[in-house]
Amino acid sequence: MSKTASITGGSAFRFGLLLLAMPLLLWLFLLVILPHMDLFLVSMRERISYGKYEFSLINYIEFFAEPLYWNTYVRTAVMSILATVLTLVIGFPVSYYIAKVMRGKGKNALFLMCLIPFWVSELVRTFGWMILLRESGVISNFLQWAGIADGPVEMLYNDAAIMVGLVYTSMLFMVVPLVSVLDSLDDSLIEAGYDLGGNAFTVTRDIVIPHAMPGIASGCIVVFMLTLGNYLTPNLLGGKDSLWFTEQIYTQFITRFNWESGSAFGFLLLILSSAIVWIGLKLSKQTLSETVG
Amino acid sequence: MADQFDLECRNVVKTFDDFTAVNDISLAIPKGSFFSILGPSGCGKTTLLRMLAGFQAPTSGDILIKGASVLGVPPNRRPVNMVFQHLALFPMMNVAENVAYGLKRRGVDKATITQKVNETLARVGLPDAGPKQISQLSGGQKQRIAIARCLVLDPAVLLLDEPLGALDLKLREHMKVELKQLQHEIGTTFVYITHDQSEALVMSDQVAVMNAGRFEQVGAPQDLYYNPKTAFVAGFVGESNRWHGTVEGGDDHKIEINLASGGKVIAKRDGQTNLVTGQGVDVFVRPEAIAIDGTEGADNSLSAKVDNVLFNGAASSLQVRELVTGHEMTVALPQTGAFASVKAGDEIRLSWSVEQTRCFASTEGGAGA
Repeated sequence: MSKTASITGGSAFRFGLLLLAMPLLLWLFLLVILPHMDLFLVSMRERISYGKYEFSLINYIEFFAEPLYWNTYVRTAVMSILATVLTLVIGFPVSYYIAKVMRGKGKNALFLMCLIPFWVSELVRTFGWMILLRESGVISNFLQWAGIADGPVEMLYNDAAIMVGLVYTSMLFMVVPLVSVLDSLDDSLIEAGYDLGGNAFTVTRDIVIPHAMPGIASGCIVVFMLTLGNYLTPNLLGGKDSLWFTEQIYTQFITRFNWESGSAFGFLLLILSSAIVWIGLKLSKQTLSETVG
Repeated sequence: MADQFDLECRNVVKTFDDFTAVNDISLAIPKGSFFSILGPSGCGKTTLLRMLAGFQAPTSGDILIKGASVLGVPPNRRPVNMVFQHLALFPMMNVAENVAYGLKRRGVDKATITQKVNETLARVGLPDAGPKQISQLSGGQKQRIAIARCLVLDPAVLLLDEPLGALDLKLREHMKVELKQLQHEIGTTFVYITHDQSEALVMSDQVAVMNAGRFEQVGAPQDLYYNPKTAFVAGFVGESNRWHGTVEGGDDHKIEINLASGGKVIAKRDGQTNLVTGQGVDVFVRPEAIAIDGTEGADNSLSAKVDNVLFNGAASSLQVRELVTGHEMTVALPQTGAFASVKAGDEIRLSWSVEQTRCFASTEGGAGA
């Protein structure tokens, strides 16, 4: 009697849980798993003639055979890692200042100032940089007015411009986890570090950074993923020479209408980002669960 | 002469905007002594300690360690170390690394570090704790590691910022004795700040009672207890019965006081020539100074009714109410068990001597109990 009751109760509970989890499961299945499965299948076939397809690895072979493709691939990875490191190097002191040096109102104001640029879209922010950096832009005009430059200076369409845009775009995603993790660091630990003879460098290295490691790792993962998968910023600030891997994917899908090759590229990008995040976690001795949680 | 003292403060003042946290404090702590600064929270004792450690700079005055001024010397170059209130052990390092931290910063070679760390861990009674994580330690062990981490550096002065505050009562009692023992063995000068008078009285050679940024009285624990110099000390250190009254008369040795609640007591003058007739005073009598069913002809006596018997072994006491005025008092029960039969509702006669009665001008503001 009681056994049947508990069984029906159990199944009712399970059904309720399923119902609650349904939006998440649907989202995962329809928008993540299903497209990726299809992407994988598409990437593993070759178009023989109109409407006729055959299993083949030609799309992946093509990627390795054509230097432009894997050069772009490696370049995107290296630039993304560099952008992540730069974001960390700039974001860490900013976060430390917000979390540990500022007190009260000033702290909130500074944090808000980091947030405000993200109230406008990435497109608008990138155009803002174009207004500053282009040949007829603000900085170029200022340099001419100040007599430092003789003629108009073009600062757009190079790697530095891409890097500036990427770091600027990613900054918030580094600062937020860092501020929260540094906020949780007890001030007396820092004071104890100084009291026992440490200086700014050793206290940062031995106490602040080890404490902040989960925040650093999660910030870096988010920034790296966003940067690697970014299309807008490299394209607008880097122009035709930007050679970002997402642009290759776009070209395959839209310009060449070669969905097979585009899918293969998409998959390669997924493998690249997963591999680099995994290596990063191994190197920093962090686990994904403790970084995310 | 100045080298006689490990630590000296000369007229140290610290102000924050218009608030004076530490007001003109001078102290000299002899080598190897256990010095406590006792005061209620907000009296400025933490600020004083942080100035000694170097985390804050005094607004004026001078701080000398081993005879040399340390003004402008940052905390990492001062020969003092601090045990923080919440200990501030580094959770990202194990016990041995915590203790080794300061030595590493000094650039001591590895073999010496290992040897010194082991020695120090043995000295605090935890020789095998080295490879443990901080989270594996109990409260008392953490305490000892925090002290070991400082002692390994051979500081001139060890500063302790209420390190027993976070422990439970039983462990706190135990650590009190242990700390005193440890200090006695190693002979380092300890400066200990606390708001717990029992900690200060039990452990210290010298206690400074601090209130509102000033030292009220500096002396041996016995001195503070038996010869308080101010109303604040009399009220803050130990239990006291307290009355308010006005000076009625007296001579060079005694002061007669009319209590505000009615009745009259005679207190010791104790060289306080400033107390003149008509002045408001606070009168203090220790619960254990009061005799129950005292002999006739005592200096001060009154009748009271027992409200409550607070039995607590050797520290038992009676809560009584004076018959005439209704003033509440606490009276210690003698440890001999002579009045074990006293119960609530009984009427008893209380008496105490002039010597045990202290009074202070009550213009000095309200003192906490």
